[in-house]
Amino acid sequence: MFAVSLAGVGLTIAIPLVTRAIIDGPITRHELAPVLPLGLLALALGVLEAVLIFVRRWVQSNAVLGLETDLRRDLYERLQALPMSFHSRWQSGQLLSRVTTDLSAIRRFSGFGLLFLVVNILQVVVVTIVLLTMYWPLGLVVAATAAPIVWLSMRFEKAYVVVSRRVQDQQGDLATQAEEGAVGIRVIKSFGRSDHMARRYDEAALELRATSLDKVRLSAKFWTFLEVIPNLAVVVVLLLGAIGVGRGALTPGELVAFITLLLSLVWPVSSLGVILAMAQEAMTAAARVLEIFDTEPDIVAGDQRVRSPRGHLRFEHVHFAFPDDPDQPVLRDVNLDVAPGQTLALVGATGSGKTALTALVPRLFDVTGGRVTIDGVDVRDLDLAVLRSLVATAFEEPTLFSMSARENVTLGRSDADEDDVLAALEIAQAGFVHDLPWGLDTRIGEQGLSLSGGQRQRLALARAVLAQPAVLVLDDTLSALDVHTEKLVEEALSNVLSETTGLVVAHRASTVLLADRVALLEHGTITHVGTHRELLETVPAYRDLLAADPVPPADPDAPTAAPRAAGRTAGASGAPTNEGARA
Amino acid sequence: MSTSTQQWRGVASDDIEGELTAETSTRLAGRSRRLLRELLRPWRRALWWLMVVVVVENAARLSIPYLVKEGIDTGIPPIRASGDLEPLLLVVGLVLVATVTQAIARNLFLVRSGVMGQDILLSIRRRVFRHFQVLSPAFHDRYTSGRVISRQTSDVDAIYEMLESGFDGLVTAALTLVGTSVLLLVLDVKLGVVALLCGPALVLLTNWFRKESARSYRATREKVALVIVHFVESMNGIRAVQAFRREPRNQAIFDDVNDEYRRANLVAFRLVAWFMPGIRLIGNVTIAAVLLYGGYLAYHGEVTVGVLAAFLLYLRQFFEPMMEISQFYNTFQSASAALEKLSGVLEEVPDVPAPTDPVPLLDPRGEVRFDAVRFAYVEGSVVLPGLDLTVPAGQTVALVGTTGAGKTTIAKLATRFYDPTDGAVLLDGIDLRSLAPEDLHRAVVMVTQENYLFSGTIADNIRFGRPDASDEQVEAAARSLGAHEFIEALPQGYATPVSNRGGLLSAGQRQLVAFARAFLADPAVLILDEATSSLDIPSERLVQQALGTILAGRTAVVIAHRLSTVENADRVLVLEHGRIVEDGTPSDLVASGDGRYSDLHQAWVDSLA
Ligand SMILES: Nc1ncnc2c1ncn2[C@@H]1O[C@H](COP(=O)(O)OP(=O)(O)OP(=O)(O)O)[C@@H](O)[C@H]1O
Ligand SMILES: Nc1ncnc2c1ncn2[C@@H]1O[C@H](COP(=O)(O)OP(=O)(O)OP(=O)(O)O)[C@@H](O)[C@H]1O
Ligand SMILES: [Mg+2]
Ligand SMILES: [Mg+2]
Repeated sequence: MFAVSLAGVGLTIAIPLVTRAIIDGPITRHELAPVLPLGLLALALGVLEAVLIFVRRWVQSNAVLGLETDLRRDLYERLQALPMSFHSRWQSGQLLSRVTTDLSAIRRFSGFGLLFLVVNILQVVVVTIVLLTMYWPLGLVVAATAAPIVWLSMRFEKAYVVVSRRVQDQQGDLATQAEEGAVGIRVIKSFGRSDHMARRYDEAALELRATSLDKVRLSAKFWTFLEVIPNLAVVVVLLLGAIGVGRGALTPGELVAFITLLLSLVWPVSSLGVILAMAQEAMTAAARVLEIFDTEPDIVAGDQRVRSPRGHLRFEHVHFAFPDDPDQPVLRDVNLDVAPGQTLALVGATGSGKTALTALVPRLFDVTGGRVTIDGVDVRDLDLAVLRSLVATAFEEPTLFSMSARENVTLGRSDADEDDVLAALEIAQAGFVHDLPWGLDTRIGEQGLSLSGGQRQRLALARAVLAQPAVLVLDDTLSALDVHTEKLVEEALSNVLSETTGLVVAHRASTVLLADRVALLEHGTITHVGTHRELLETVPAYRDLLAADPVPPADPDAPTAAPRAAGRTAGASGAPTNEGARA
Repeated sequence: MSTSTQQWRGVASDDIEGELTAETSTRLAGRSRRLLRELLRPWRRALWWLMVVVVVENAARLSIPYLVKEGIDTGIPPIRASGDLEPLLLVVGLVLVATVTQAIARNLFLVRSGVMGQDILLSIRRRVFRHFQVLSPAFHDRYTSGRVISRQTSDVDAIYEMLESGFDGLVTAALTLVGTSVLLLVLDVKLGVVALLCGPALVLLTNWFRKESARSYRATREKVALVIVHFVESMNGIRAVQAFRREPRNQAIFDDVNDEYRRANLVAFRLVAWFMPGIRLIGNVTIAAVLLYGGYLAYHGEVTVGVLAAFLLYLRQFFEPMMEISQFYNTFQSASAALEKLSGVLEEVPDVPAPTDPVPLLDPRGEVRFDAVRFAYVEGSVVLPGLDLTVPAGQTVALVGTTGAGKTTIAKLATRFYDPTDGAVLLDGIDLRSLAPEDLHRAVVMVTQENYLFSGTIADNIRFGRPDASDEQVEAAARSLGAHEFIEALPQGYATPVSNRGGLLSAGQRQLVAFARAFLADPAVLILDEATSSLDIPSERLVQQALGTILAGRTAVVIAHRLSTVENADRVLVLEHGRIVEDGTPSDLVASGDGRYSDLHQAWVDSLA
């Protein structure tokens, strides 16, 4: 590869030398005979050069694209492995710009820039040496130009690295804005705030423009100098060379060849500017990409497996704080014990930490104190893949991907057979998928058919059920269902939950009834555990949370004793009014 | 696309970017050229000016070899003869002047064309972003956010690359080409003709490259979009990906799209691998031919050594920029594929167009009417077969029904996310289609099931509904919903940045913020679609109280499965398969005893235990 490029450089230099031979030899001496072989030599060399360029480019295409593709692949792999704490910190636009813009900057440099950097420098060096041997006084003049070029390049690099990093970061920000404009389009539309978003985008774009212009000005200055310096060398060489020829120190042919060679330096030197800029960008890009490669996943897989999982889930003195906010613990000294096959409901006010607690089981986050165990093994000692196959969660916000409905449902168990899929859909009351235009093969999610809120939620539920986990976590997964459907789902779920260990986050009494016991989460810790009825009778805070009245009492601080009774009263009190209305 | 890729993606009715016929591809090329012209239009004058600068620069650049020839031909003999340096010094002085002129012109050109490039880029970005904002949710459903992002990042980048690296090269190179050709002919006609014989070969080669590369670059644009779509989606759904051990499968899919992108690129790169050396070959052959022929002529004394030297110098200058032109041509082809995609977006006609002559809506009362509305998302599966509904101003209407009955659809029609297939939706008796979008969205606001938060602070997000709201108003809105306490408890209170799409908040807290943003917007018609589904009961109650006070006298459409929210409504509509099957006050419907609502009610009452 490199040899090919070197040969290319050799040819680039050889061709003017042949030119010189022709001018100096046959022409000056008025001989016709050597013109033909020399001309043919030039032709052969020219063809060879083209072939070498072809070989170089061809081989390079493979190598460079392979590099880019591998890097992108590894980056994606790393990003998938990085934990939630990383992803909640990084804006996805910044990630995207690394995977696209930065990688192509690296590709451009390693495919084109790096080679030309070396080739150009080589060419400059070799030509300078040739010039020195040709006529050393003039050669020295040319060699002397290296000093300002090197000095300028170094200064340029220093300034450029700062600007190009800023540009690339701002590109990432702009990508984030573009993404928000796309993903949030429905909210933007419903508030009619497109203008506002466009202004925000504009601000970011203007900022990027300003920084880019700084970059333009900086490189314009540098590039101009790089072009001037060789030309100045031409001036000096012409002056001294012509005098030299006049004094007979060198032949006119030599001078022509000298200047030809010198002029052949103008391009490599001036293009050095572009190449150095490219190199700098690639380095910045590499630094940005390395930021991701250098982030060690702080959730490291253990190596233990559970032989025959029973699903005994325990929280022992669990403390937890989100990484961005380590001083504000979300969970403090949480102790829970869910026996195999048992189902525990988790009740707590909005923002009390229920979701955080459930996220500790599949290690989406790690505890900051205490431990979570499954069948007596700390989840941190378990192999991650094993752990996550033991635990399946239906999240509060159903995430569907633009894939077929089947692929979405079998997300956690791609080898599930048709019967399992159908059974899971049945449990989640997600039979509607059969009515989609292509049934289970219909593409859903963003792309293709969209679904209603309840439909999405049921698919997400089916996904969790299908995974047949030892521990099933349901994070408020019935919130978007109507009462009838909810009831059907609950009946089907109670069968599933009778066999698996369940952790069910609930805001409604109906969901709580799926569980054998209820834990009340208050101020970051579990304050009470018991059956629904026990808690309802003995814990006022629990009553506040779950006792809803069909007709809200005038004074919300005076909760009624039992909701069922309250319901009946409401129904009864409704009746006379209606009779009155009919009368 | 490989079969494995097809399978996981599933089937959809319209796969947007399929194979292109020759006919569409010329149409696309025309479209992108039109866009390019449009983008350049404001720069017409500047372009002329830049041309002048380039001409000056190139005249200076081109004059140098000529002056060198002069120096050799006229400067040396006097020195030889009498040691007279003057003619030489004159020439050298001229070279110096040319060098300085070139430097000044070059710097001017680089800066000015850089500014132009950046401004063009800015205007593309603006246009595309704004246009995506104008396009309807239906378009976004179809197009997917990943593609929207890909258009605005990778496609714009391709154009950026052209503007950054190319423009300068192109103009310089083109001028050099023309200038040198003329000079060659002037220097020596015979040699010039021989040299210019390479022209047809160049044209042929370039034409071939243009055709082939247009296709291959189009393919790269499409493939990179797939990479981005998959990337964005898996990063946004990373929680589910990790929890369900989707990583290996995702990786396989990513490898697949990534590799397809590589292959598409490889095709393009290989074209360049033929094209570039091809150009060089033509150049080298020409040089050899000139050498041979020139040597022959010089032997016969028909040209001087100086002329031949200059000729060879110029020829080099002729072909050096050829390499640059072909490089530019390459980025240009890549950029025009991107331009094609972008112009496609820009020519996309909004299917929910803003009226050209909007009816003014000064003081909306908030009466909403559905007049024989029929609606289907996809042809053939009708969601609303024929809806007649009037919600008088000030009424609170609850919409209940089984999931998938079409409740959200009604809400989306009322906010004009979609236009009805037949019939009309009217606000205060005015068809929504004749209202200006700003008026409409000021009057009708919806809190959706998806409560997306934007990057920025909590306060920014609440203020999203009303940009001019004071801090006190923001706080008041949050307070009335019971959101104030948790916001205050955040590290920086209202100024806490909402990190990656609200990851900082719990689901219920996000819902409260979304609610606050709608409250603050203070619309005449408020549509709440499952807006309290993730709240605990006390919070829900607080929200209801707030609804009662703040929205008194406003029209509200409340969609809810928890009948606690519905009981307060003036009127309940029960929806089934897109039809209203019951309509009455909550108490009437319960009292009737055998209707669906009373069923629902009973089921709900039972569920409370
Ligand atoms: N990524 C995060 N970084 C920092 N704080 C967070 C993050 N996610 C959530 N929080 C905070 O942690 C607390 C607990 O959040 P969590 O999502 O567990 O609540 P929750 O009980 O599930 O509430 P909900 O019923 O609304 O879903 C909240 O106060 C929230 O603001
Ligand atoms: N963008 C869309 N494209 C195609 N079909 C859609 C789209 N959105 C919804 N649908 C379909 O239209 C029907 C009605 O959906 P809609 O969202 O109105 O239901 P909903 O009554 O709000 O249900 P839920 O209570 O579950 O939210 C559903 O069958 C759904 O699959
Ligand atoms: Mg939660
Ligand atoms: Mg809905």
